Amino acid sequence: MAENAQKYEKLDQIIRQHKDEPGNLMPVMQEAQEIFGCVPLDVQERIADGLGVTLSEVYGVATFYSQFALEPKGKYVISVCLGTACYVKGSQQVLDKICEELGTASGKTSDDGMFTIQATRCIGACGLAPVMTINDEVHGRITADDVPAILGKYKV
Amino acid sequence: MDERMIPLMIDGIKVEVPEGTTVLEAAKKAHVKIPTLCFLKDVNEIGACRMCVVDYGARALQAACVLQVAPNMIIRTNTPEVREARRTVLELILSNHDKKCLSCVRSQNCELQKLSVELGIENGDEFKGEQNTYDVDNVSPCVVRDNNKCILCRRCVSTCIDAQGCGVIGPVQRGFKTSIESPWNLHLNDMACIGCGQCITNCPVGALYEKEQIDIVWDMLADKDLHVVVQTAPAVRAALGEEFGLPMGTNVTGQMAEALRRMGFDKVFDTNFGADLTIMEEATELIDRLKNGGVLPMITSCSPGWVKYCETYHPDFIPNLSSCKSPHEMMGAVIKSYYAQTMNIPIDKLRVVSVMPCTAKKFEAKRPELAANGMPDVDAVITTRELAKMIKTAGIDFPSLPEGTFDPLLSEASGAGVIFGATGGVMEAALRTAYETLTGKELQKLDFSDVRGTQGIKEASVEIGNLKFNVAVVNGTANAGQLLEQVRSGKKNYQFIEVMGCPGGCVTGGGQPVVSAQTRLTVDPRKVRAGALYQADAGMKLRKSHENPSIKKLYEDFLEKPNSHKAHYLLHTHYTKRPKYSK
Repeated sequence: MAENAQKYEKLDQIIRQHKDEPGNLMPVMQEAQEIFGCVPLDVQERIADGLGVTLSEVYGVATFYSQFALEPKGKYVISVCLGTACYVKGSQQVLDKICEELGTASGKTSDDGMFTIQATRCIGACGLAPVMTINDEVHGRITADDVPAILGKYKV
Repeated sequence: MDERMIPLMIDGIKVEVPEGTTVLEAAKKAHVKIPTLCFLKDVNEIGACRMCVVDYGARALQAACVLQVAPNMIIRTNTPEVREARRTVLELILSNHDKKCLSCVRSQNCELQKLSVELGIENGDEFKGEQNTYDVDNVSPCVVRDNNKCILCRRCVSTCIDAQGCGVIGPVQRGFKTSIESPWNLHLNDMACIGCGQCITNCPVGALYEKEQIDIVWDMLADKDLHVVVQTAPAVRAALGEEFGLPMGTNVTGQMAEALRRMGFDKVFDTNFGADLTIMEEATELIDRLKNGGVLPMITSCSPGWVKYCETYHPDFIPNLSSCKSPHEMMGAVIKSYYAQTMNIPIDKLRVVSVMPCTAKKFEAKRPELAANGMPDVDAVITTRELAKMIKTAGIDFPSLPEGTFDPLLSEASGAGVIFGATGGVMEAALRTAYETLTGKELQKLDFSDVRGTQGIKEASVEIGNLKFNVAVVNGTANAGQLLEQVRSGKKNYQFIEVMGCPGGCVTGGGQPVVSAQTRLTVDPRKVRAGALYQADAGMKLRKSHENPSIKKLYEDFLEKPNSHKAHYLLHTHYTKRPKYSK
């Protein structure tokens, strides 16, 4: 609870800092996402009221850009590259296998809150195609068959 | 200062227009009509839909609505390339539109449908493919949103935020998934939507419309046990004719009364009477506040869109709102008491229907506090557009109707009541009565021209006897918000403020006939319709509310005097602070 109060205090401070800057909405939202891990409704309301914009605008920006998340992400964020090189090397099958293994759709978080699966554009590691990242770790030249073992390492 | 004139050629015709004019407007001068969809003068000028593209010799076609004229420009609007580009744009829009014109409220008054005819679209299926489908949001008592018809022009979005200061809808998602929504999948009703309906009158298609009560009213009329009374607001008569092809600004009071009688209403009353009654109560309240140190500035409360805006966005000004009910609610309360008693009609068999230029009145009528006689003062509210539909359904040939009259008892009204429909009208009506009540002298010049006109915020200083005070008149809730901010900060000091929620006042209310963007390029409905009301006022002998004999009789027989105990019970109300988001 106290931790939460601290987070809101930090958010208010950021809002105050950026209040009169033009184009302040996105920087504030980005910092909010860093604090909370996502930008949920109450955080969006606070930003809207704090910056004097409408909730519609905040929500519009949050849904326009894929890097904003409305719900908390899992402990591990799995990003499967669907860029051209990875795609032709079969990354779609890798993604499908991950979804199957975790019983969660792409773009969603598993019920236990452990994994968030997302498809990304080219991450610039085409030499390792097909490639995926789990948080900051990169896994290259993988096949669908490798998926259970890789996920097993994080499941503990 | 002389405006610099810019010469240019449009389709081989030479025109000169002031600097800063857009090609779209300049083309009007060359008698060239450039098609538009997202453009709405002064409301939405974003060049997004690309319907209005023209060739001016540049690498790519340009959007005429945002392209400013330059000296010796050569514009071509009717080349094969331009025609093809416009058709493609239209086909692309149609590829994600439900094309269910038969059941659409805007059929025959739809900008998309009209363009499809003009540009020779056949089935609108040139780009067949995936189509978005959406649930219709019909939870609000005022406004229905149907995204299956939305063309993403954003006219509603600009209106809601820029003109009305609410911003309860906006674009959500991106690309093909983009839609206009309230945030977090909330319904309009969960948001601080004030129900003004300006989004409806600014929508080019049928994506926004009022929550209809037509069937409820037909059912009332069909029930032989019921005594159904109808009343019509001042602004309705100034616009209803447009739905039947009559020129804008035609006053159709007589035909309207006749049509209502033929539809089967037992009594046809005029809300103008209620407006006069409002003035009696409101002018008395103002004088009382001025003399006895009441909360000032007093702010009018006739406009339910404005009242809800104040309750939600500026609740600190609730004590400033006049406690007077709006005219049609006063009428309802009087009909269900005085009229019911006089005519000996049991009130459980009595129904009151209001014909209003307004969608917010639909919410207002459902307020639990507006039920003086143990049941709602008003049972159903239909808009001017809904009335027109009902008249058409009833097979009444409106334009050729003989002029009928209202029923006596609750219809005689003054010119002051008539002008209630235009911004500044309530102020002017109140000043006429306040002046004579305070000084006991006859007012020589009845027209307060400072408070007339369509500017967003108007100010005047008024001297009445030894009382000197400042008044302001605002229309459009965004303007109201701005003015309140100045009052709050002490920058401005007024004693009396009139606010009408809709830009232009009730004549251009959210329930009025929709005027296309093309017409609004050259005609201002706010001016033309208000003109009909001011003309009616000028032609009347009775121009002051307090001189209305029927009003005097109502007080003598029933209400005693303005702000009496009984008047307070029936004609006054209170307000509630409302949250911005209710989840």
